[in-house]
Amino acid sequence: MDGAVMQAFSLIDVTCTFATPNGGGSYVATSQVNLDVAQGEFVSVVGPTGCGKSTLLNVAAGLLAPTAGRVEVFGQALQGLNRRAGYMFQGDSLMPWKSALDNVAAGLVFRGVAAQDAARQAQGWLKRVGLGGFGDRYPHQMSGGMRKRVMLAQMLILEPDIVLMDEPFSALDVQTRQLMENEVLELWSAKRRAVLFITHDLDEAIAMSDRVLVMSAGPAAHLIGDFAIDLPRPRDVIEIRAHPRFIELHRTIWDALRDEVLKGYARQMEAH
Amino acid sequence: MQARRLLGLPVRVWQIALLVALVGAWHLASRNPQVAFFFGEPLVVAQRLVAWFTENPGTLDVGTRETTWFTLQLPAEIYAHLLVTLTETVLAFAIGTVAGLGAGFWLGLSSGAAAVFDPYIKAANAMPRVILAPIFAMWFGLGIWSKVALAVTLVFFIVFFNVYQGVREVSAVVLNNARMLGASQRQLLRHVYLPSATSWVFSSLHTSVGLAFVGAVVGEYLGSARGVGYLILQAEGTFDVNTVFAGIVVLTVFALALDAVVGWLERRLLKWQPNSGSPGKSLY
Repeated sequence: MDGAVMQAFSLIDVTCTFATPNGGGSYVATSQVNLDVAQGEFVSVVGPTGCGKSTLLNVAAGLLAPTAGRVEVFGQALQGLNRRAGYMFQGDSLMPWKSALDNVAAGLVFRGVAAQDAARQAQGWLKRVGLGGFGDRYPHQMSGGMRKRVMLAQMLILEPDIVLMDEPFSALDVQTRQLMENEVLELWSAKRRAVLFITHDLDEAIAMSDRVLVMSAGPAAHLIGDFAIDLPRPRDVIEIRAHPRFIELHRTIWDALRDEVLKGYARQMEAH
Repeated sequence: MQARRLLGLPVRVWQIALLVALVGAWHLASRNPQVAFFFGEPLVVAQRLVAWFTENPGTLDVGTRETTWFTLQLPAEIYAHLLVTLTETVLAFAIGTVAGLGAGFWLGLSSGAAAVFDPYIKAANAMPRVILAPIFAMWFGLGIWSKVALAVTLVFFIVFFNVYQGVREVSAVVLNNARMLGASQRQLLRHVYLPSATSWVFSSLHTSVGLAFVGAVVGEYLGSARGVGYLILQAEGTFDVNTVFAGIVVLTVFALALDAVVGWLERRLLKWQPNSGSPGKSLY
């Protein structure tokens, strides 16, 4: 571990158990998960819906304490919230009562940066995500893609060492989504951070990542595969899909994923 | 959307026609003295209204029971009464809202306290609070404060339940996001809970201003020396049904005006909300 590669963070034997809503029983969401993300590495986790991918992210963020196991951030045991991580949530996480500019500036304001300075930096970040002229818009006045850009700027303005993303683009239409994927890759390559990216879209995972982890269907979901993505960078998420190596990797990983997807689907059908 | 035209005429024309028809029917029916005694006469009601707003200039002493701060010179009889009722309404609204906000926040954020207080709040809300008016008259006298107290009991619960709900239903994603951005407990309160609850308070504003007004007028009606409710009470004592109707007209117009002020405030302060923002920018 102390060799050439410094781990940005590690989940070690993480098990998460929840009480079932109708009392009594408990549900094991994830079981004995081990996961490392190195500094500057882009890692994706794919798995069937409802397999506990978001649970892992919440554990890494410190929003959820694991039932068993531990989290290390830059070699230190994590206590409480992970202050070195930025988190991009799946749903609408912007404060609807703040304008785009105030939303982006919020993190700096929370840290005690003077309002003017925070607003100036926020304006710079809005420009970087292509929303320079939209600072006074409220979230409900923006499209889904624009809101995602604001969320991205809101997270990156704090320059986190670790970036956690929970299916950030799943609600977007395909074109907007590919644009956003490329922009995220560009921002990432400019200043390489450790990224843990959760998705159920295998294409997206391969196109963006250095490493793709495959998760089994729940309950007691765990990691069943770890695939290095040796595609050249910089990448364009649309063009890379035609790369022969992409197709080969896709086939290999899909072989591991397919059974789990079917299993997860069958369990969901049973539950309803 | 409201239809702008109906059978080729603007809706406004139909609305006025309906008013004219109703008042006309009332006028014709009140030719009969029996009917006039019970239902009043529109012309006399109108005269009464004009007299209220033009005759009997008066004064209104402003101050505490013991001392007078200053005396207002008012051009006609009705203004002193309207001012008193308005003051009671505004005071009750302000006090009830602040108390409701405080209590709503406290119980919304502390589930232990909420569990303990729950049955008492339910009981206090279920109680018909108009019954408290005589008690408040004993405690606070026949001046404005007994009316304010009655109206506060009505406003408080509306605001309280809305804030309580607002605090409990803050989106978990927005809350977690603010925490990940480094917000302290106090910053969460200021940047997340408070604005979220404010929107709930505003959604109840029309109701709570209306109830503050109801509380003030009912309080006056049950015992007072001033106010529009007092005017109505006096007129009833002499079977002067025309003055009662005139009082009702004044109260209705007044309530509509209050509602318009609230609507204006709401549009200004809640421009971040869908459907209440500036129409040019939002997405409908």
